[in-house]
Amino acid sequence: MLRFAEGIGRGVVRGVEEVGFAGALFAESLFWAFAGPARRQPVRLPAVFAQMMQIGIEALPIATVLAATIGMMLAIQSLYSLGLFGAESFATIGIALSVVREFAPLIIGILIAGRSGSALAARFSTMTINQEVDALRVIGISPVRFLVAPSLFAMMIMVPALTMWANIVALTAAGLMVTASLEISLAAYHAEVLAALSVNDLAHGLGKSVLFAAVVALVSAVNGALADGGAEGVGRRTTRAVVHSIAAIIMVDMIFAFVVTSG
Amino acid sequence: MTDRSDIRTSQSVQSQAAAAPVVRVENLQAHYGERQVLHDVDLTVFPGEIMVIMGGSGSGKSTLLRHLVGLTRPTAGRVELLGLDITRARAMEMMRLRRKLGVAFQGGALFSSMTVLENVMLPLQEHTQLDRKTMEIMARLKLEVVNLAEAEAMMPAELSGGMLKRAAVARAIVMDPALLFFDEPSAGLDPVVSAALDDLILKLRDAMNMTIVVVTHELESAFKIADRITVLDQGRILLVDDVAGVRRSGNPRIQNLLNRRSEETAVDAGSYLRRLTGEVPPAPAPHSEDSGAS
Repeated sequence: MLRFAEGIGRGVVRGVEEVGFAGALFAESLFWAFAGPARRQPVRLPAVFAQMMQIGIEALPIATVLAATIGMMLAIQSLYSLGLFGAESFATIGIALSVVREFAPLIIGILIAGRSGSALAARFSTMTINQEVDALRVIGISPVRFLVAPSLFAMMIMVPALTMWANIVALTAAGLMVTASLEISLAAYHAEVLAALSVNDLAHGLGKSVLFAAVVALVSAVNGALADGGAEGVGRRTTRAVVHSIAAIIMVDMIFAFVVTSG
Repeated sequence: MTDRSDIRTSQSVQSQAAAAPVVRVENLQAHYGERQVLHDVDLTVFPGEIMVIMGGSGSGKSTLLRHLVGLTRPTAGRVELLGLDITRARAMEMMRLRRKLGVAFQGGALFSSMTVLENVMLPLQEHTQLDRKTMEIMARLKLEVVNLAEAEAMMPAELSGGMLKRAAVARAIVMDPALLFFDEPSAGLDPVVSAALDDLILKLRDAMNMTIVVVTHELESAFKIADRITVLDQGRILLVDDVAGVRRSGNPRIQNLLNRRSEETAVDAGSYLRRLTGEVPPAPAPHSEDSGAS
């Protein structure tokens, strides 16, 4: 029993340490972004653009497929459930709010955690184990400025952009189902969607996606920095990064929704 | 504690002692968790010297190297490089110091997403305002020094073990450092490539007047390149002396290392056999530092 409690205690302490480490990485990334140019050690823009390509542009095909599928699935479920009460005509409002406020940021967040978060964690872990991070430090290069900051900023730019794209694709795909089912024109559907949405709804979804991006980048960086134990360690840390990122995204989503809607 | 009686200084080094040491380590202690891995280590390296830190697996030599290059903070003690106490130095002081240091890691630690030339150029890009053309010329010169000019466009994954290490040396010397560290330069290399790397280390010392600290467990390499050798064992310094002094040492643990004998068979074969047969061995008598002196 004592050992069980001790194990829980150690886990909590380790978790708090890792959250603190992630906070320090975030603060140091911001430091280098603002103070780096004055110190002639800027965050490398080519590295940020390269990461933006990998995280955003290369993810477009799978993001499009997922967003379209989610949009159609939402339309099918909404039409069915509201049809039970003869309220199919309200389906558009439900779909629009669900996609923009919840589904698009969440699905893109989870996609990025699985796709780019795992790649980042594997890359950072391998670099840590191969002493490339040590090499950076002895050359006099901050690993945070060189590795973490470009990935963090690229994610914080590209995840909201992908979320915006997912909004458009999911709503259009849902529109195809709704127009066919309710026998209305696509233009009428779009007008209904625009009427249902406000700037606040859009800001809610995009704001959340920025938080998800930071969570994925920082969780991946923390796991990469703590990697040890060769190839097995890389695999372990990569898996852990993806699982923790997705769990953190869902928890941040709930907290964000609670804080924003309760005010 | 270090046994000071076994820390001798050769005549050649005594003559250097007039110059200020480039590396000065005093009472260095290090822990991994609750386990102490370095016990009051003292070390001095003089300008233009090749100091080899030698020891078996787990002796603490890699940990000592991490402390020497400022990758790990010690539990206690101080490490002074080129006159700067790196255990208390501020970030900007460390940044300035790092321009004068070079480190060649055991596996090369080249950045896998960059070509060999880009790897070698990286310190110049970070620490100088030179234009790209000039940086390329300087990086190519260093690649020629390590005889790797033909590999400048290759990626690290395409290099052999020896080429990786030479590329790492080129990157380490591209800023013309005053102090160069090598972590196991010969490990995993065939004898011919290993000998070539030893020659390169000697060339760097003689032609570029660098002070060099080498961590290795390869005896042949250590004896070939060392001006002085520091022998580490279980986190303690057993001996600091020149090659002849190390060969002459009567310390049984050093003799085991030199003769590649396992400690159990060499020091107390009877105890080892008794343990195998289940008998409880008697407590080992403390060995004399000079026992078995030749």
